[in-house]
Amino acid sequence: MGAINRRQAFLLGGGFVALTVLPMAANAEPSNDAAELIKKFTGGKEATKGKITFDLPEIAENGNTVPLALTVESPMTAENYVKEVLFVADGNPNAGVATLMFTPMSGKAEASIRIRLAQTQNVIAVAKMSDGSLFTERKTVKVTIGGCGG
Amino acid sequence: MADKPRIKLPKEAKKGEIIQIKTLVSHLMESGQRKDAQGKPIPRKIINKFSCEFNSKPVFSCALEPAISANPYIQFDARIDEEGTFRFAWTDDDGSVVTAEEKIALKA
Repeated sequence: MGAINRRQAFLLGGGFVALTVLPMAANAEPSNDAAELIKKFTGGKEATKGKITFDLPEIAENGNTVPLALTVESPMTAENYVKEVLFVADGNPNAGVATLMFTPMSGKAEASIRIRLAQTQNVIAVAKMSDGSLFTERKTVKVTIGGCGG
Repeated sequence: MADKPRIKLPKEAKKGEIIQIKTLVSHLMESGQRKDAQGKPIPRKIINKFSCEFNSKPVFSCALEPAISANPYIQFDARIDEEGTFRFAWTDDDGSVVTAEEKIALKA
């Protein structure tokens, strides 16, 4: 083991960055308007877990652009389709992420977007069906570098 | 928002086929959370709405918040029952709207 080479020096530097960023994330305000937004969307009704699957990386290296892919189980016919899907992030300065609106002409209740996550947090999806029933799902994402500037 | 939006979809589809549409528009999506060199907050300026219609009927739309990444990429599906024209629209916070159109034909 000789002198520290460039790669090791880089890794060391990275470690320090992680150490200095983490306490900041832990101190950040954990609660935002996520609960209110969900309540407004559901009208206070309880959403059942299920029907929704969404893909998010478990660890997002760059919070500035985190790929999010949604699928909701639904036949997507004129009688039975997914109307709206709300996405909120409970650790961002503002909880709102996006509301996706489908129609029977969508064919499938599937969509992909790219989102910003300021810190490690939960992303929550709530789907509203054409018959008014509600479904929900949540995922935790670890964020290495936050994506809201600052 | 001078750049033309990029849209990817097939040129033709079978009747009843579900196709995938990918869209990307160049936009900074300024979140309103950042500060400039003087420490003053940079005002929010984002695309807050995207919509897609086919032959004037709504297919898919979404309301976007500052938590959407710069150069918003949106991918969704559409069922094709007839030939026609897709119309896409992106609405900016300043009220301007960028639109684009794409035609699709039915496979014989």
